[in-house]
Amino acid sequence: MEKGQRIRVLIGKVGLDGHDRGAKVIAQALRDAGMEVIYTGLRQTPEQIVEAAIQEDVQIIGISILSGAHSYLLPRIIELLAREGAQDILVIAGGVIPEDDKTSLKEAGVAEIFGTGTSTVDIIDFIKQRNFEESTFG
Amino acid sequence: MDKGKELEKITQARALWESKKKPSELTNKRVSTVESEIDFQPLYAPDSLDMDYLRDLSFPGEFPYTRGVQPDMYRGRFWTMRQYAGFGSAQETNTRFLYLLKQGQTGLSVAFDLVTQIGYNSDDPLAQGEVGKVGVAIDSLADMEALFKDIPLDKVSTSMTINAPAAILLAMYIVVAEKQGIEPSKLSGTIQNDILKEYMARGTYIFPPVPSMRLITDTFKYCAVHLPNWNTISISGYHIREAGSNAVQEVAFTLADGIAYVQAALDVGLEIDHFAPRLSFFFNAHSNFFEEIAKFRAARRVWAQIMKNRFKAQNPKSLMLRFHTQTAGCTLTAQQPEVNIMRVAFQALSAVLGGTQSLHTNAWDEALALPSEESALLALRTQQTIAYETGVTDTVDPLGGSYAVEKLTEDLEKAVWDYIDQIDELGGAVRAIELGFQQREIQASAYRYQMEIEHQQRIIVGINKFQIKQDPPQGLLRINPQVEQEQKKKLAAVYRKRNQAVVEKSLIELEKAAQSTENLMPYLLDCVREYTTLGEICDVLRKVFGEYRQENTF
Repeated sequence: MEKGQRIRVLIGKVGLDGHDRGAKVIAQALRDAGMEVIYTGLRQTPEQIVEAAIQEDVQIIGISILSGAHSYLLPRIIELLAREGAQDILVIAGGVIPEDDKTSLKEAGVAEIFGTGTSTVDIIDFIKQRNFEESTFG
Repeated sequence: MDKGKELEKITQARALWESKKKPSELTNKRVSTVESEIDFQPLYAPDSLDMDYLRDLSFPGEFPYTRGVQPDMYRGRFWTMRQYAGFGSAQETNTRFLYLLKQGQTGLSVAFDLVTQIGYNSDDPLAQGEVGKVGVAIDSLADMEALFKDIPLDKVSTSMTINAPAAILLAMYIVVAEKQGIEPSKLSGTIQNDILKEYMARGTYIFPPVPSMRLITDTFKYCAVHLPNWNTISISGYHIREAGSNAVQEVAFTLADGIAYVQAALDVGLEIDHFAPRLSFFFNAHSNFFEEIAKFRAARRVWAQIMKNRFKAQNPKSLMLRFHTQTAGCTLTAQQPEVNIMRVAFQALSAVLGGTQSLHTNAWDEALALPSEESALLALRTQQTIAYETGVTDTVDPLGGSYAVEKLTEDLEKAVWDYIDQIDELGGAVRAIELGFQQREIQASAYRYQMEIEHQQRIIVGINKFQIKQDPPQGLLRINPQVEQEQKKKLAAVYRKRNQAVVEKSLIELEKAAQSTENLMPYLLDCVREYTTLGEICDVLRKVFGEYRQENTF
């Protein structure tokens, strides 16, 4: 990432889940923190998420999921990113994701999982930190 | 003593009392936690109120129903204890239902999975990963039969959280009852059937507003004749609040939706007093105790006036706002989750003091998973404790006359009317949703609430104060990972066993009816009776009606 360029993030709702309070709050908080935010709206397929992320040239995808379908949908996004040669896009997730599933999701390539009660500040810090690291060493 | 003179004396006494305050007592060091934009004062007295007892409160069961919709309220009978449940397969959910009924629950409430709520079959590509996750998977009548096995439908009332395809699930329920030998007129229960808040806040829409409203008025018409004890709609503020609105917005947007449904029914020629008595409502019980109690009271008072003055309803039942309440899922924390037991109890108490007709208490583990059998039982026990032990049920509207609660009720009512006027000016609820008005208002409140927490202006125990490190709790409910495969197998068996020619004919008839203005209920009944699946029916309707695409308001 060139110096001075704004961080670009795609916030997405994947699957049939209609809970978008968290996604919109995060999107607004990231925007207020100076990032470029694209919000997909509801009911995106993993294919649509990946396509939008590549088209919008984002560095990070943030997926909000409260429907319990995370164990299928998140690895699917990562698989599709790899297939498109876009594995450098970082995937983070938030929502209701049980502790037991977090390990397998991280093994599948999800960079971080933010549960309910997370402060937006922690997410902003994480993104800034990771984005700096990736662009320095990546 | 003359009322004016007494008030004057109180005002003078208040001035004297104010003058004796120490300088440090003149400003409030703590801001109030009331969520609505209301200036909540540290003290209220008789001079705070602009109240006329007979006009504004009257007696319970009397217009404007501020104090409750029945004269005896809980001295007659308690509210219906109705725990929302559903997960995995119909068989598993049936087991949970039978367990809850055995433990003293008095009504059923069905949670459907998202695939069902959005009108797909479990074998649809879009269903992958979602089958049986947030509720029970229903593809055809076969699943519905399994869901209510050994439950006599004339003895229990059933609420179904189903919206876009509500008419279809109702049709299935009627046919299950038929097979049990029960007449539709004996059935009691509720379909949520509230599409407007789906566009606004909950997200399980299928069709655009016009055909969706037609499906709703078709159910109004059909039930008015055939299911006189059925609540044809549950106009819901619950999800609006969960999406982040404050209490005023919750009530205002819900009642504005109510106005839109009433108008739609009148526009297709229904008589107000023919369908209005079967309208019901659904609200959230959030954390600010008095604000919530006042909210329920204000909602009753506003709706009664809308129905009487705006729609000229005559039947008292048309004026009464009857409602179900659920405690606020969004207030539950994953951190120190046992604290949720207390949150739920206080919220449930506010719903009871607000005069609810039925209640769901959340389980303490719901920020982590669907409730386990143990946590669901504890939630039900919370209601039973309030009903049988606390004594708050012994007298009607025990907080009626409290200066603070009456003042809050007045203030909330005024703020609700302001929003309703704004929505009227925009052209009504449907138009306002198309313009994104409610969505933006909700979003702004949600963001403000989150920022208040992050800036320590709003304290949530265990989140931004009193945090501790804790291991995650054990014994949470896990959905059987095989459910999707098993459900697909069951569906395949349905396809094999049914009479395909009859199914196809039923779908052709449905398509023709959908293109006309005929009531779709009889056609849906014909479809489901032949095991035509939910997905097949919705595909036909999607073809005729088109699909709704959400405007992105972010």
